Formats: sequence, C-alpha cells, structure tokens
Amino acid sequence: MTTSTVQTATAKKPRSTPKAPDSDRARAENSLGRKLVAPAIVLMLVVTAFPMIRALYLSLFDYSLTDPDERSFVGLQNYVTALTDSLFWRDTANTVMIMLVTVAVELVIGFAFAMVMHRVIFARGVIRTSILIPYGIITVVSGFAWQFAFSSDNGFVNGWLPFLDDTFDWFGAYDSSIVAIMVSEIWKTTPFMSLLLLAGLAQVSEDMIEAAKVDGATWFQRLFKVILPNMRAAIMVAVLFRALDAYRIFDNIYVMTAGANGTESISFLTYRQVIEQFQLGIGSALSVLLFLSVLVVAYLIVKIFRVDLASARQEG
Amino acid sequence: MKQKIGLGVGLAAILVWCLLPVAWIISLSFKSQDAVSNGSEGFLPQPGGGAGWQNYSDVIGDDQFRRAILNSIGISLIATLLSVVIATLAAYAIARLEFRGKRFVLTTALVIAMFPVVSLVGPLFDMWRTIGIYDTWLGLIIPYMSFTLPLAIWTLSAFFREIPWEMEQAAQVDGATSWQAFRKVIVPLAAPGVFTAAILTFFFAWNDFVFGISLTSTETARPIPAALSFFVGPDPFSRPASLLAAGAVVATIPIVIIVLLFQRKIVAGLTSGAVKG
Repeated sequence: MTTSTVQTATAKKPRSTPKAPDSDRARAENSLGRKLVAPAIVLMLVVTAFPMIRALYLSLFDYSLTDPDERSFVGLQNYVTALTDSLFWRDTANTVMIMLVTVAVELVIGFAFAMVMHRVIFARGVIRTSILIPYGIITVVSGFAWQFAFSSDNGFVNGWLPFLDDTFDWFGAYDSSIVAIMVSEIWKTTPFMSLLLLAGLAQVSEDMIEAAKVDGATWFQRLFKVILPNMRAAIMVAVLFRALDAYRIFDNIYVMTAGANGTESISFLTYRQVIEQFQLGIGSALSVLLFLSVLVVAYLIVKIFRVDLASARQEG
Repeated sequence: MKQKIGLGVGLAAILVWCLLPVAWIISLSFKSQDAVSNGSEGFLPQPGGGAGWQNYSDVIGDDQFRRAILNSIGISLIATLLSVVIATLAAYAIARLEFRGKRFVLTTALVIAMFPVVSLVGPLFDMWRTIGIYDTWLGLIIPYMSFTLPLAIWTLSAFFREIPWEMEQAAQVDGATSWQAFRKVIVPLAAPGVFTAAILTFFFAWNDFVFGISLTSTETARPIPAALSFFVGPDPFSRPASLLAAGAVVATIPIVIIVLLFQRKIVAGLTSGAVKG
C-alpha cells in the first residue's frame, strides 16, 4: 500500500513539468491518444447516441410494428398522449418512491456494514467473499429467491414473521408486493453501497477521530461532525450511482410481479409498449422521456449535494 | 470488550444478510417438485419432500437450459475480451497522454454509465432486425461491450495512474517508440488491473436481463437470465419453484467461483474508480 502511494507521488512529477517543447512530439501524442480512444467512443455512441436519435425521430410517428405500412407523422402527439396519461405518472411516482426508499435504506445499512468491516481485523476474506455474492448474483435469481421466499405456498417469510398469518399473500396487493420488490433490490445492492462507503471511511483520518474523542465528543458527535462530513465525496458517489441504478429498476419487477397490482416502474412501462405491444411510436416517446427523466434525477442529485457542500463550507 | 461483542454481532449480521437468501435458494432446489406444487412451506425441505439431486439432473438434462448456459458463457466471454481490449487502449490514453477530446471521452463514459438501458430496447430492436443481427450472439455482444466500457475504462485508468511511468520513459530513452513502450513495458505491469476490469465486465454481461429478453426470440442466443424467466411461460405466480431454484443455483456457480478466487481484486476494482474520481 505504501509503495503504491509513493509511486503515484513520483508519477505525478513529470506531468506537472511544462509541456514538451517539441511540438512534433505533442502532435504525435495527440494523434495517438485519439486513435486509442476512437474504438471505445465509436462503440459507445453506436449503441446509445445513434439509437437515441432514432428514437427521437420515431417518437414523432404513429408507428406500430404490427402494422408497419400505416406509419404516419403525428408530431408531438405521442408525448402529449404519454404525459397526459395517468399511467405514466403513476409509474413515475412508483419509480421515484422505490428509488428514495431503497437508496435511503441501503445508505443506512450499507454504512453500518462499512463500519463493521472497517473495524474488524479478523475473517476479512470471509466477509469480503460473502459481501460480493449478492453483488455478483444475477438480479433475476435474486428476484426469484425473494419471490419464492415471500410465497405463501412455498416460502419461509410468513412462517418466520410472528405477526403474519401463514396464508398471507404478499403478491395480492400493491403495498406488500412493492415491499417484496424493494427487499430484493436492497438485498442485492447494499453490498455494493457498503464497499463504496468502506473506501470512503478508510480515507477519514484516525487522528482526527481520536482528537475528537480526547476533546470529549460523544460517539454520535464523532459520527456526524467528524466521520460523515469527511467522507462526503464517497457518499455522493455511492448515492448518485445507486439512485440512478434504482431509477432504472426493471429486472426485479419483471420477475416478481410482472407489473401486477400497479407495481410497474417507468422502465417496465416503456418495455411493455415496445416489446410486448410493438408500439414503436409511443414506445420511442417513452424512451425519450425515460432518458430525460434520468438526466433530471442526475442533475438534482448533483445539485442537492453541491448545495450541501456549500453550506458545509460556510459552517466551517 | 463491549466493542468486541458489538463487532461480533455486526459480523454475524453481515453474514446472515449476504448468505441467507443464497442458502434459501439452495434449500429450495432440494425440495421435490411434488412437494412444491402441493405447497411446502418453511425454509428446509420437509421430511419426505426432499428431491436429492433430481432437480439438478432435470435442469442439466434440459436442452434449452444447457443451450442458455452455453450462450451466456460464450457471449459474456467474447464481450468481456473485446471490451477489455478496447477499454485498455482508451484508459491508457486517458491516464497517460495529453490529447484534445479527453474530457469528451470521460463525459461520454459517465453519461453511458447512467443510461437507462430500457430506452434503447425499442430502437435497437428495430435496427437489429433491419441489419439482421436480431437474435444472434453478435446482437448481444455489441450492447454488452458498449455498456461495460465505461466501468472498464474507469477501473483501468485508475489502475494505470498507479503504474511507475518512469519505466516507460526509460524505455523511450533507450529508443523505444510510444507504442513499443506501451506494449512491452506497461502491459505486463497493467495486467492485474486489466484482469480486474475483465471480472467486473463479465459480471455485467452475465447479469444482463433487459437486452437478453428483448434482443432475442429463440434459444439460439437467449442468455441464462432470460431463459430462467421464460422457463415456464408468462404466469409469474405458478412456476415449478424448485426446478427454477436449481437452475438459479447452476447460473450462480460461475459467479461464486470467481468471487472465491478473486475477492480482493474485485473489491479493489469496484472502489478504485469511485474514490479517486
């Protein structure tokens, strides 16, 4: 660990020296750099930007794959249809709710796990291995495992929860279905969250915590005034990634409820329009709206955390 | 002492959290299909309701399932290999060279990492059918590559920043070109990082569901997550649970093996990009 930090320190030196005076060399470097990134850029754009532009174009048509000859230009009609449909707003509200609840729960549990992993000095390999299993497991498998666990015929959850009747049907109503979906989502992704937070925790200086302790700070004060403010960057990265991931929730809903009882997410709605109903026109409009809403969510998170950073700076 | 007990409890909580559902799906895979269709509550198979290895031999004997496993292995490995090669080139340039457009590459990678995959399903479905790669391996390999590139590029450029670059300059002083210095000096040093990026890429490809169900229609290219979800028709409420559980366990084995062998590398890879930005 120490050697690698020394290496980074020395590696930074040549970069800070003034640019090479030899412009031929600079030009060659520029051209090599571009050649090396070109394949990556092309691949990333071919599969995202190009289809997205096509979706933008298709969204202006009334276009169904079951009847491809009947394609007609309708302008923004598809967007009006989508945005005035209560289904769109219900699914968006659902998605936002799932995002807020799962990320909040994951943050708390993930932080607790990170604290334990940070302090533990034995059995580190075992913990690392077990924490990576939910991370690596296929989401569909997690969905199945939890669907069967909650099932009243073959599951164990009803039997283990003393306040529930053994015949309670988790997938019979909205509230309990959405809880089951969120449990599967939280189970699978908390480990990832805790690893990111652990990395942030490792960067908080022990001396600072010790100094706070000597000054008589309680455990809570140390946590909220020393540890958390010093790992804000790691928390922000973890929240941003997980929130956007949660906003795209699809696999668990597909496997566990298939959208029954109003548990659809916005991704699921888009998928249903395009693949199951072959409505490429309105489906493309929904795709564009989904993309835009992800941008909005990303913007809001970055913005909210920036505000936080600024206010923290004023305090200090 | 009090702290030690707290740690022990926390440790136990982590292990239970991570492993209980895995133990559950394994236990379920040993319940007999008769017991499951009659309703077999509880965590462990009831007396007389066990199936031994029957579910596993049924699943392995199923042509569609075997085909799906083969598809998943083939598609994921090819996508991983190609993606890592391309990402290595890009990450080298980002970590090491000064060139115009570097910011553009990083921004593109960031946007794509956040991209809502489902919004591409419609246009890709249409495009792939037009150019004739719908329901083929290639039709899945291409999107898997695009969506694993950002993660691979980040992880790799974080690793590459740690490499002692003086050695490259030394090679250049000795008369090597930029390309030779890259290939002969840096590649061997970077191999561990490349390997980590490969594991993370493989996980993504193995886990993918959205492309798997929407860009395939037959067993010629359908990967394992999609095959599991189509195992018995569209009704999500009456599935042969124990058979599916056995299939799920089989699909998880490669992941468990990789985790057991390379846990340290995976953790380093997952956190390196995040912390150093």
